[in-house]
Amino acid sequence: MSESIGNEMYTLRINGQDRPVVDAWVGESLLYVLRERLELPGAKGACEQGECGSCTVLMDGDAVCSCLVMAATAVGAEIVTVEGLIEKDPSMAATAEVIASQITDVQQAFITEGGVQCGFCTPGLIVAVHHLLDKNPDPTELQVKESISGNICRCTGYGRIFAAVEAVVQVRKASR
Amino acid sequence: MSTVKQDTRLRDILGTSALRPDGVAKVMGSFSFSSDMWAENMLWGATLRSPHPYARIISIDTTAALLISGVSAVITAQDVPGKATYGLISADQPVFASEFVRYMGEPVAAIAADHPETCRRALAAIIVNYEVLAPVVDPELAMLATTEQIHPDGNLIRHQKIICGDPQISGDITVEGHYTIGMQDQAFLGLEAAMAFPDSGGKGVELHIATQWLHEDRGQIAACLKLPEDNVRLVLGGVGGAFGAREDISLQVHCCLLALHTGRPIKMQYSREESFFGHVHRHPAKIWMKHHATKEGKIVKVESRMVFDGGAYTSTSPAVLINGITHTQGPYQCDNAVVDGYAVRTNNPPCGAMRGFGVVQACFAHESQMDKLAQACGLSPVEVRLINAMHTGDKLITGQAMESVAPVERCIRETDAIPMPEPLAANANVLEFPGGSGRTADRQNIVRGIGWGVSMKNLMYSEGFDDYATARCTLSNGIASLKFATSEVGQGFVTLAPQIARSVLGVDDVVFETSDTQIGSAGSTSASRQTWMSGGAVDGACRLVRERLFEHVGELHNIDPIRLMIEHTDVIDTIGTFRISVTEATQGITLSETFEHHHRKTEDLDANGQGNCHVAFAFVAHRAVVDVDIELGLVKVVQIATAQDVGRVLNPLSAIGQIEGGIAQGLGLAVMEEIIMDNGRVKNPSFTDYLLPTALDAPSVVAIMIEEPEPQAPLGAKGIGEPPCISVTPAIVAAIRAATGKALSRVPVRPQDICL
Ligand code: FES
Ligand code: FES
Repeated sequence: MSESIGNEMYTLRINGQDRPVVDAWVGESLLYVLRERLELPGAKGACEQGECGSCTVLMDGDAVCSCLVMAATAVGAEIVTVEGLIEKDPSMAATAEVIASQITDVQQAFITEGGVQCGFCTPGLIVAVHHLLDKNPDPTELQVKESISGNICRCTGYGRIFAAVEAVVQVRKASR
Repeated sequence: MSTVKQDTRLRDILGTSALRPDGVAKVMGSFSFSSDMWAENMLWGATLRSPHPYARIISIDTTAALLISGVSAVITAQDVPGKATYGLISADQPVFASEFVRYMGEPVAAIAADHPETCRRALAAIIVNYEVLAPVVDPELAMLATTEQIHPDGNLIRHQKIICGDPQISGDITVEGHYTIGMQDQAFLGLEAAMAFPDSGGKGVELHIATQWLHEDRGQIAACLKLPEDNVRLVLGGVGGAFGAREDISLQVHCCLLALHTGRPIKMQYSREESFFGHVHRHPAKIWMKHHATKEGKIVKVESRMVFDGGAYTSTSPAVLINGITHTQGPYQCDNAVVDGYAVRTNNPPCGAMRGFGVVQACFAHESQMDKLAQACGLSPVEVRLINAMHTGDKLITGQAMESVAPVERCIRETDAIPMPEPLAANANVLEFPGGSGRTADRQNIVRGIGWGVSMKNLMYSEGFDDYATARCTLSNGIASLKFATSEVGQGFVTLAPQIARSVLGVDDVVFETSDTQIGSAGSTSASRQTWMSGGAVDGACRLVRERLFEHVGELHNIDPIRLMIEHTDVIDTIGTFRISVTEATQGITLSETFEHHHRKTEDLDANGQGNCHVAFAFVAHRAVVDVDIELGLVKVVQIATAQDVGRVLNPLSAIGQIEGGIAQGLGLAVMEEIIMDNGRVKNPSFTDYLLPTALDAPSVVAIMIEEPEPQAPLGAKGIGEPPCISVTPAIVAAIRAATGKALSRVPVRPQDICL
């Protein structure tokens, strides 16, 4: 796509890799750059105002709304998107079975507990839940609710999402 | 025998909590939603919208916009080659406004450019000269003949009455009320998005779109583009929720026009603000209702007048109105009725389909009335509902017989038996108080209340519409491949369809072909209809293939096919010892069949609202427990207990997801969600100002699914999508009334309605 609007050049650090951005417009959000320039469409946009959490990514270990971050200001930060949560083994072919075996416990629990319907809120929630459990491995029900209350889900009514988080907490506890 | 049981449990057949086949892609972020598409050489499309609710367009000047570097096209009404208007029921909505704009946000022009920011600048450079007119925003005024008619088709979209039994009869006791329902938004998370690819030569277009009904879209698009339907191919893009908001055309025609105009792929994607203007909403309604009853509380007659504000264009208003008035009685016996219903055109945003479709409005009124009746007769909310509960075989106020299984009493009794939640603990965290993480309530001002709601909901389309769904099943080498145009919007049809194929055919591997318009219509993913309709089509296609398989195996092994059946993953001879696995039996052959499932015929209502207009019904009861801070007017919904008539549970995990999700949306309408209008202007088109239930607002849900298989339904299962969101709203409001003693006759209930 040839564009007439910008010529910013910078490099972002995403999922452990340097990702150069060229010919960008300075006003682009991190969400836009991830999705439209870097082929990382996992983060979703649903409000562009920091209200829904669909665009959640990790920046230097903090969960942020990527719709509210100017991409050009994220230079130097360690960014992790939903695509970066899985440690892919490059020696294995990317078949459906291999991929399914590589997903995280949180991702697996969202599937088995019914936390996914349309799935639009899901990547943001997956990042948010990983972040929560990294900081607080044994959250109370209320802590779970509070920590994901910035992630809107319109389909599930949240019940199965709570069940998914609870399942991960229990399994992680048992294996500690 | 035990191995049989285990085998049945382990295979993902009907009745099991089979997991979503798209789950892995969705949790990884690799599932392709329609907004995730990207194409070489693509341009961005954007829409210019009216800032006024009502105005005459004097002139449109696009010169400056076209001069902006990066802009490839600017199109207006004069660039629409075919029909200038579209619509689901009546084609009365312009692709682009030309003479008048009739609601705030109506499309006036569209552009294609190389970057979203270029689009924004180009939209700002289009000069539209308006003569601003005074909007007609009150439906009561709008329907008067003396009021300015804002559309050539007039302001009255539809009027229908129902007169049943003895209209003059009265009862010992009467209760009445005026009720108001606010405008709710579907607020799906995945914003409107599409990508259109022009055919080389400009003779056709392929549109990848998040929609509820590919074939209906195609018909409307092709007419506007003046192309044969075969030259317009629609492919289902990943859909991020729908709830009714994707049943009407939004960006479809604009996106295709821009693609044909520029000869390049066009990506269009609404922002959240634009989405509030880009799709229809739930109808705001004003309802007067009066019940006559015996001293014992038995309903003698119901009278009602309902006015639905349809906004500027027809959309599905006529059908929403019929749903509203035909559900006046709710799930209760009623022999006499006088109902008058109006759907009216105004300069408010167009309203149309949203989960519950007209019944939500009627239910808020009839359930508020049932509580008044209980009080007037000295009965409890449960008693009054049990006394009047409808049964199979009862005659409805439309004269139609209730042929569906109608376990209304069971719904109420089983809900009533669900244990109450614990009282608010003395040491409860403030996050559990009404107000949650925002304003916090004062412990001593918190009062608990309990309330009830019960509802009836029609399933599928009504009034003579020949509603059908198509599916094809192809079986080869032990793999079943399914093709249908059914929109997966999140509800889980992609989980159910393979469960059906596994149950019927004894296969384990089921794959999908693309959902597009290269097969017959599946109808809309709405009206709680796809499990019944597309489920029926997949079941039918699989059964036809199974017949062919038995013929094939019978011929090869010299067995009368009538003796063959599927056991687990094998074809077996029921009276012999022959057994062959389906995989082995289908090596090297391909069996393919297509099936169309039609539901039984329905009829139009006559002038008195009499006729067999609905196909089937489902029922549900809700009991709400709320904590209210009576001083601040804040509400926390503590628990929703529910028993729902589902016919048969095909997938317990999917079913509970529908129930919990629907309850959250009904909670939203009860206490927080409303598009606020001011003289035709939308005041809160954002997620900052339009509030949605969050994880902290989610109540604890205790659900029971009542399984009494529906004989009419192909799989015995009723649609379960809509009922959860209907009577939960009045149940919550009743609970707030119980806690506060306030009359509360409108939803959503706002803090000022409680504390002022
Ligand atoms: S899109 Fe960023 S919070 Fe909603
Ligand atoms: S699953 Fe659809 S928004 Fe959460």
